[in-house]
Amino acid sequence: MKGRIHSFESLGAVDGPGIRYVIFMQGCNLKCKYCQNRDTWDVNGGKEYEVSQVMDRILRYKNYIVPNGGVTISGGEPLLQARFLIELFKCLKKEGINTCIDTSGNVPLTDEIKKLIDLTDLFLLDIKCINDNVCKDLVGVSNKRELEFAKFLSDNSKKMWIRQVLVPGITDVKADLQELSKFIRTLNGVEKVELLKYHDLGKFKWKNLNLNYPLEGYRTANEDDVKRAKEIMDLK
Amino acid sequence: MDFKQWTGFDKSGEWTKEIDVRGFIQRNYTPYEGDDSFLKGTTERTKKLWDKVLKLYEKERKKGVLDVDTKTPSAVNAYEAGYIDKDLEQIVGLQTDAPLKRAIMPNGGIRIVEKSCEAYGYEVDKETDYIYNNLRKTHNEGVFSVYTPDIRAARSSHLLTGLPDGYGRGRIIGDYRRVALYGVDVLIEEKKTELEILDVDEFTEKVIREREEIHDQIKALEDLKKMALRYGYDISVPAKDAKEAIQWLYFAYLAATKDQNGAAMSIGRTSTFLDIYIQRDLDNNIITEEEAQELMDHFVMKLRMIRFLRTPEYNELFSGDPVWVTESIGGMGIDGRTLVTKNSYRVLHTLINLGPAPEPNLTILWSKNLPENFKKYTAKISIKTSSIQYENDDLMRETLGDDYGIACCVSAMKIGKQMQFFGARANLAKTLLYAINGGRDEVSGKQVTPRYEPITSEYLDYDEVVAKFDQMMEYVAKIYIKALNAIHYMHDKYSYEALEMALHDKDILRTMACGIAGLSVVADSLSAIKYAKVKVIRDETGLAVDYSIEGDFPKFGNDDDRVDDIAVNIVKQFMRKLQKHITYRDSKQTLSILTITSNVVYGKATGNTPDGRRSGEPFGPGANPLHGRDTNGAVAVMNSIAKLPYEYSEDGISYTFSITPGTLGNEMDIQVKNLVNLLDGYFKQTGHHINVNVFDRALLEDAMEHPEKYPQLTIRVSGYAVNFVKLTREQQLDVINRTIHEKF
Repeated sequence: MKGRIHSFESLGAVDGPGIRYVIFMQGCNLKCKYCQNRDTWDVNGGKEYEVSQVMDRILRYKNYIVPNGGVTISGGEPLLQARFLIELFKCLKKEGINTCIDTSGNVPLTDEIKKLIDLTDLFLLDIKCINDNVCKDLVGVSNKRELEFAKFLSDNSKKMWIRQVLVPGITDVKADLQELSKFIRTLNGVEKVELLKYHDLGKFKWKNLNLNYPLEGYRTANEDDVKRAKEIMDLK
Repeated sequence: MDFKQWTGFDKSGEWTKEIDVRGFIQRNYTPYEGDDSFLKGTTERTKKLWDKVLKLYEKERKKGVLDVDTKTPSAVNAYEAGYIDKDLEQIVGLQTDAPLKRAIMPNGGIRIVEKSCEAYGYEVDKETDYIYNNLRKTHNEGVFSVYTPDIRAARSSHLLTGLPDGYGRGRIIGDYRRVALYGVDVLIEEKKTELEILDVDEFTEKVIREREEIHDQIKALEDLKKMALRYGYDISVPAKDAKEAIQWLYFAYLAATKDQNGAAMSIGRTSTFLDIYIQRDLDNNIITEEEAQELMDHFVMKLRMIRFLRTPEYNELFSGDPVWVTESIGGMGIDGRTLVTKNSYRVLHTLINLGPAPEPNLTILWSKNLPENFKKYTAKISIKTSSIQYENDDLMRETLGDDYGIACCVSAMKIGKQMQFFGARANLAKTLLYAINGGRDEVSGKQVTPRYEPITSEYLDYDEVVAKFDQMMEYVAKIYIKALNAIHYMHDKYSYEALEMALHDKDILRTMACGIAGLSVVADSLSAIKYAKVKVIRDETGLAVDYSIEGDFPKFGNDDDRVDDIAVNIVKQFMRKLQKHITYRDSKQTLSILTITSNVVYGKATGNTPDGRRSGEPFGPGANPLHGRDTNGAVAVMNSIAKLPYEYSEDGISYTFSITPGTLGNEMDIQVKNLVNLLDGYFKQTGHHINVNVFDRALLEDAMEHPEKYPQLTIRVSGYAVNFVKLTREQQLDVINRTIHEKF
């Protein structure tokens, strides 16, 4: 079983609990304007790896990621390669390694996806924007499926960290943040809510691909933006 | 032996019958597994005193050195007592008669003293200058009177660099605790007994030398007593309480710094020893926790004020003028109890009470079994101050037991039972270029080694390069040991460390501590030759001066065995070559992969290398990959470095790790946990040493432009810490460009 992988990062410390080995999967179904990994979109890009090859790499880091950390699959959109991840996660479970997926959840809930969900210890669920009009404009598709995905995780008592990128002028509208807060409070299993500051440090990757950066002119978020949003959402 | 000062101690075992500090510690210390909540802040006295010191620092920074005594050659008892503020100081004693006033130590070499004085606008007193130029031979003069042409050539071409032939070798740790525990008179008696043992029928050169050395040791101990008397203390007897124990120990260390301008003057493993005295006083209500912390604060303040007079070139090599007052903290005992005590916390807490500082060089001996609370505390201090380093106790305890200390940056030695002959390092990147060019220097074009057959092919062939590199390493190892034998013979003869050696056993293990620089450059170069195609670009004389690489190749620092194995093999090969040679005083060859900050200077002297590194560019510091070559994150780097074999590099393998706070975690307590996990992982992976820096790039950039705002900004570089604002601009840029792991 082969998976298409963009890259590996041996030190992830903010992508789930503990030290994480992070695998960036290749291919994405969204077109987020603020994407910091623009080079992961192409589903035919990256390099193919066997599950065993990936396991060989991960096991080199067992001393760091067990017992407090684990493996986090990011991307790209990991759920596009569910079959590969199911095989990989089975192996990880055998080794007692914690599994985590960083996803938008914007995929249909097929049996395969449900099986993968079952093998996943933690989801970093990136809700793009609770306001569907904003969402469609920002990432190119409706948020309907991702909200359903969140509910499914909730109904099945899966652990999740909810994330939203805070883009000043787009995703920081008061009413939307209040709505998001309300939605999150209906979910079980939410361990953390993280507001990620929008930054443009991935801009060069668009340039490298000779593409225009869609959020040109928008300012990056700062500590005050996060503070304000947290107050609106009544987060600590 | 029995003394009233020992009341309350467990006197079982051997420590009351012979010199046995470890035995004393094991029977009397109190392991501590709690957290840091007992720690106290600064007292009024400490604040006032530290304020005075900071003002002196400021004056010193402006002038380069605050003052120099240009007449009196330094010696244990050469100066009157000196004070910062006698009423405030709880621990007293300065190197000369005034704070931060530097002494001259011409036994190492008068020319260096002259140059150092001139650099700061001073002139050596005429009479002193005459004596050392005409009447008294120095270490430096001794070495150069025996150096052979091949050594001189290797030295001036930077094949061998930083050799201690013009400065004090250092890296000797006296067991300063002995003075506090036994008092000086017991130590003198012990030395007299050693002299009797050496009253033998066969009066060989070895016996005569040892008798002379012990005679000098006894004199140094007598001088030590006299020096302490100038401050009003009689240290011929044991210390009776915590204050005296710290004072006695400090006097002994201070005496060493008056006797020697050693390249590294480390203090050993003292905090848990001192905890026994502090705990006894606390139990007897003689002092409070606040007073205990005050004593440690004042002790550390004194250690921060140790200064040597050195040349600007020396400072350029080592970034400022480090003393390497290395203090080793924590670790586990061989009986399974932790050696962490409350005083392990107190000494680290000085970084909070007095602010961050490069000295003393606080070194955590890390074990997977250290108390979790202590692990977290050290990680927190790292994140806050970037002032501490970590070394693998689980690795070192196997061969060194549980009473070793670190000299300088990474060199472990049993306290009072072992010393090293410091050997700086060989430039292996240059060695590789010499292999390609048959011993001609790639920059000057000069024939430095005897003529070897150069490589003449258009493309480099891996097997041919490896064979020639092997040959050239063989040559370098030979010259290297020759040079070190000469240096240490002369150092013993003209600048013997009588005081430090008086605080050692009679029969000790001596190591010949060799080193290598440019390991990752050589590994990457050989990898490029093996896995890509490397074309040689030659000048009109046939000298290979540049290389062009076609294709990609595995690079050291990415946990890729294809290249990491090459690095491992180089270390083993070079060590084996060193072992072929006869060493001075039968010392045991060891190796370190440590450059301190000289990776910049060595890089400067080394031409283009086949890995694509440009001429003059710095090497990676210590065992670090070349900056920018690691693309799989910091843990992959750790794994690559952890593969380097400690058994072949027992003098230490240094890794400098820098990370931005945000990359380590979003909140302090998460950062702390993550750093603990990283350290646990790295050391389980058998990594030997790691410097931890946690800072933002922007902060360093600001400090470069506005040094006045950051007088205490401390960063770790290859085995020790420095004041960032004291680095040269070149070194500052190297630190900033070096991989700071940041993620976005």
